[in-house]
Amino acid sequence: MSAGFSWRKVSTEAKLLLIGIPVALWTLLPIYHLALFAISPKDSAMSGHLWPDHPTLRNFVIVFTQQHHYLEYFWRQMWNSLVIAVAVGALTLFVATGAAFAISRLRVKGGRAVMNLALLTYFIPAAFLAVPMYKTMGVYGLLNTQWALILAMMAIAAPYSIWVLKQASDKLPYELDEAARIDGASPLQLFRLVYLPLMMPSLVAVGTYALLLAWNEYLYAFLLLSNDRELTLGVALGNFLAADDSPWELLMTTGLIYALPPAAIYYAFKRYMVGGLTAGAVKS
Amino acid sequence: MASVALPENGSLPDGSSGKRAWSPWQKWGVILLAPYIVVFLVLVLYPVGYGLWLARHPASYVKLVEDPIFGRSVINTIAFLVVAINIKMAVALALSGFFTTARTWIKWLSVLFILPWAVPSIPTILSFRFMLNPEWGIINSLIFRYTGLDGPNWLNDPILALSLAMVVHVWKSLPFWTLILIAGRLAIPQEHYEAASVDGATRWQRFRFITWPAIRTLYLTCTILSMIWTLGDFNSVYLLTGGGPADLTHVLATLGIRYLRLDQVDLAMAAIVIALPGILPLIYFMMKRLSR
Repeated sequence: MSAGFSWRKVSTEAKLLLIGIPVALWTLLPIYHLALFAISPKDSAMSGHLWPDHPTLRNFVIVFTQQHHYLEYFWRQMWNSLVIAVAVGALTLFVATGAAFAISRLRVKGGRAVMNLALLTYFIPAAFLAVPMYKTMGVYGLLNTQWALILAMMAIAAPYSIWVLKQASDKLPYELDEAARIDGASPLQLFRLVYLPLMMPSLVAVGTYALLLAWNEYLYAFLLLSNDRELTLGVALGNFLAADDSPWELLMTTGLIYALPPAAIYYAFKRYMVGGLTAGAVKS
Repeated sequence: MASVALPENGSLPDGSSGKRAWSPWQKWGVILLAPYIVVFLVLVLYPVGYGLWLARHPASYVKLVEDPIFGRSVINTIAFLVVAINIKMAVALALSGFFTTARTWIKWLSVLFILPWAVPSIPTILSFRFMLNPEWGIINSLIFRYTGLDGPNWLNDPILALSLAMVVHVWKSLPFWTLILIAGRLAIPQEHYEAASVDGATRWQRFRFITWPAIRTLYLTCTILSMIWTLGDFNSVYLLTGGGPADLTHVLATLGIRYLRLDQVDLAMAAIVIALPGILPLIYFMMKRLSR
């Protein structure tokens, strides 16, 4: 019995590995391929080897010193991506925190209706809203300015943010508010001294969500911006590709550099992200 | 500063004027809600209204339906939704079982597994695209090295190209849905499984009678939500195939943008409006689920 038991254990482990190894390969393949190009010299990048004969960091040097005409504005575009992402994160937090507090704690009249409208917005497929958003930004005279992208991304990030914050806020005991009211706290004091500190984990989750959404966005950035100096790094990568003579190894190196900050932020705040966002995503 | 105690409930009129005064709580509620209301009016309601207004001419729809690219895009979109989402959700369901197995290495693998979701889609889709390049891509290089044969011209065949766009889509979004289903599985009380083991239930029976009934609703919600999001998935198709070859791999998301770039905004909006009867029931379902 005990021998049979251990054989069964071995076969269970083998079956788990049989799932685990393909999963790891599937996940890593495109990312490994990206990194492989980034450390390969120009001529060996396309030779189809799984590891370069002479790994090099030269591609990174070329990208960082902008030594290629496609990379003329690399740092500028990196900066644009950063500014836009931070602005979207901050504005979304500002708008969503106030709205969630008003709906959930102050129980403002019509709050429920606003929540439903926000949810409805959340369910408009992003590419479908892009066409009217583009035309609207033209009407507002914001086309080809970074404000167009910041405002559009905020409008897209806010509904889900409000919803996640409202869900978290509803879980705070209502007695807190009553106690604060009896002590004579004003709504603003309640907001600043009770609500914000207690909501901190969800605020981090929402701020990170909006920031990453803006940093990673391609479609809206590609539609709303056009001047090379105003582009985000993501759009610049797309343009880079469109050219026939684009140097793959530099494109992939730039892509890797572009992918690193969001991945790092995601893992740094994973605790908040997974708890705050997935729990909210599908309440059952 | 506890000088004046506020009335317990807002119905007590402290202003005692003829009009019902707003309590400071309601007033601040309106002030704090106002920024989002402005955002909604200016950046959602106006664009949507304007878009519908642009799509008001029946002639746009006639032109749209007569465009062969439109018909092909509709078929592609439906195929994309039906095939990609069902495969993705079924795999996510299976993997959520794998990832809830208690092993240290599986815990580490799950951290790695999130990567496609955590990184932006552009670099990884470009990476896919280069892998699939018929002349220099790593896949055809390996095929040639080990078989001496030339690999297929992956992105030049519409069906193959669209299937590969689905692969890219699944690669990117599988981790997210797996994570959600893991959360769903972890919420099932462990005692149920223990009781089932005592009764000698098989793996399949445990899934069939404990896991599935507990996460069935979640699974359906995820599928619907994924359909809505996938309709808006522009990147997987556009960045991999660009709609080609010969505009045969467009989906509605890329078709709208294509018309926009060709300065045919009325067609772009008409293509979206035509899709509304398909989307609205899904949105209605999600609203009912989430706004409780």
